[in-house]
Amino acid sequence: MARAVSTRRKLIYTLAAWTAGLLIFFPILWTVLTSFKTEADAIADPPVFLFFDWTLENYAIVQERSDYMRFLWNSVIIAGGSTLLGVLIAVPAAWSMAFVPSRRTKDILLWMLSTKMLPAVGVLYPIYLIFIEMGLLDSRIGLTLVLMLINLPIIVWMLYTYFREIPAEILEAARMDGATLREEILYVLTPMAVPGIASTVLLNIILAWNEAFWTLNLTAAKAAPLTAFIASYSSPEGLFYAKLSAASTMAIAPILILGWFSQKQLVRGLTFGAVK
Amino acid sequence: MIRVVSTAMASALALAVSGAAFAEGHSKTLTIATVNNGDMIRMQGLTEDFTAKNPDIALEWVTLEENVLRQRVTQDISAKGGQFDVMTIGTYEVPIWGKNGWLVSLNDLPAEWDADDILPAIRGGLTVDGELYAAPFYGESSMVMYRKDLMEKAGMEMPDAPTWGDIAKAAEAMTDKDAEVYGICLRGKAGWGENMAFLTAMSNSFGAKWFDADWKPQFDGDAWKTTLTTYMDLMNNYGPPGASTNGFNENLSLFQQGKCGMWIDATVAASFVTNPKDSTVADKVGFALAPDNGLGKRGNWLWAWSLAIPAGTDAEDAAKKFIAWATSKEYTALVAEKEGWANVPPGTRSSLYENAEYQKVPFAEMTLNSINSADPTKPTVDDVPYTGVQFVAIPEFAGIATQVGQEFSAALAGQQSIDEALAKAQALTTEEMEAAGY
Repeated sequence: MARAVSTRRKLIYTLAAWTAGLLIFFPILWTVLTSFKTEADAIADPPVFLFFDWTLENYAIVQERSDYMRFLWNSVIIAGGSTLLGVLIAVPAAWSMAFVPSRRTKDILLWMLSTKMLPAVGVLYPIYLIFIEMGLLDSRIGLTLVLMLINLPIIVWMLYTYFREIPAEILEAARMDGATLREEILYVLTPMAVPGIASTVLLNIILAWNEAFWTLNLTAAKAAPLTAFIASYSSPEGLFYAKLSAASTMAIAPILILGWFSQKQLVRGLTFGAVK
Repeated sequence: MIRVVSTAMASALALAVSGAAFAEGHSKTLTIATVNNGDMIRMQGLTEDFTAKNPDIALEWVTLEENVLRQRVTQDISAKGGQFDVMTIGTYEVPIWGKNGWLVSLNDLPAEWDADDILPAIRGGLTVDGELYAAPFYGESSMVMYRKDLMEKAGMEMPDAPTWGDIAKAAEAMTDKDAEVYGICLRGKAGWGENMAFLTAMSNSFGAKWFDADWKPQFDGDAWKTTLTTYMDLMNNYGPPGASTNGFNENLSLFQQGKCGMWIDATVAASFVTNPKDSTVADKVGFALAPDNGLGKRGNWLWAWSLAIPAGTDAEDAAKKFIAWATSKEYTALVAEKEGWANVPPGTRSSLYENAEYQKVPFAEMTLNSINSADPTKPTVDDVPYTGVQFVAIPEFAGIATQVGQEFSAALAGQQSIDEALAKAQALTTEEMEAAGY
């Protein structure tokens, strides 16, 4: 009896998980399907799901019109660069907060996070003017720095949470064996926190990859990443949904593939310490 | 591991710093900000003609969605960011930016560019104190697009210059809600460039206006109430469901699928609804002027996407060369040769409408008549202290009109009455205008 209930429950949970998963994934699936339709099929009412004339025409048009590789390369550099720079700063910061906390550590953590509570548009003009002064407009280095600063609180918070799960005694033992602070962080703490660091890196690459406010506002032609590539296919006067979907699919494909291959690390990192 | 990370990071930063220079070998590179529409995209594909004639000038394009572009170039020009050498801007921005000294005058474009050939209504909207601040790339007005087959079925004929009464009768006759055919489709989505573009132009034909000579808002007058009542009656009785969220694209989709008897919107839509590749009613569409009420003004707007040069650019001469090319008669001929006359950017030059080949395009004549019947320098029945047909050319307008548009859209959605919407529009416009010092 108990076994039957358990199986039914399992079935219900599985169904619920699949339903939730499909619901979350549906917009992406619809975008991908639309990218293979003609513009007429893209707006058909009732919508056509699978039975339409599949075409690669939209991808051909997008390829012809835009230099996709330039946008992709900018995205890779900006997302990768900002994440790596952020991790380099956040590891020592999170170490000090996790292992040598002061009375104000919690306040500092909250204060760091409070910068995320301000709407980005509130500081658009000051940052724009600073960028003009420093000659950073439409440059990859400028965007790398801005995205690093924006995501830094999240990186510090995540690493702090992971570091807190590592017993301080292990670091103490390393110190007693004569390890310097640098050696302690590099050779003892970091290897133990690899799952946490990996998931932090992956999550922040995704955040930086998808960031659309700063990447649209601080770039023009040279440093524009894939968010600008998508924006160039949106039009309020004209039905170009199929082309827009093709551009969107091309923009999200690399990060989707990265997420797919690293999902084990991502889940492992995100659930790190959750069962303790 | 750390070594790997450090090396990767150093490489990423080095690449980021490098910011590889584009268009090496050219003495000048123009960065052009533009919108994503068919005519602009076509121009990007034809720029080889320009670069072949001007090998020392390279072109870089920044194509953005209209609202993103507007915000982006406004921010850049007001902060003097210098990101763009040529900007695509609309009839709303040109007079305001021209007055602010943000744009370079184009009065000295070469004589062969032929400024006198530009349609007077369009030229008037881009000129401030005798200075032409932008060259029109394409112009548009609004007009009635209707289903000839449905009119015929109803035993009616659409006049070339209908009244709002004619439109109401036609809408009633064509509506067949069981067959999902709605007599009329109009913009309902809130926004200064959405429902307020349509309603402001419509209000002109009812004798309404945004402000009197002392800049006092006029939503408490009878003319606005009649405008809004007529609009609501049409939409509630003969419009599609959920019209309060319909903008240009939503109505275009409905019309192309044969669900609208009439659609009053931008003349540029004519090429979409008559394109058999996308439209199920391509061969059944007729055109008429936007309706009037016999007061001397029609309910059509006037808009031109134009090319302008921000003051302070270090590539002014090259930018002028490019603008003179992109808005020239020769460019029109180039598009006609490569893509056919139906794809030529419309609504800017008289010579285009004198061309016998272009006259064969089914919507050419009505587009020209629509443009000519709008006067941005005298948009309303009574005199007003502002210019602009479907907008008021003051910086505060976009913000105010978007709020007013939300009130009108809420009324269309049945969330409040017409009187409530007008009272709120009056109150918020008064407050904003007083705060702005009018």
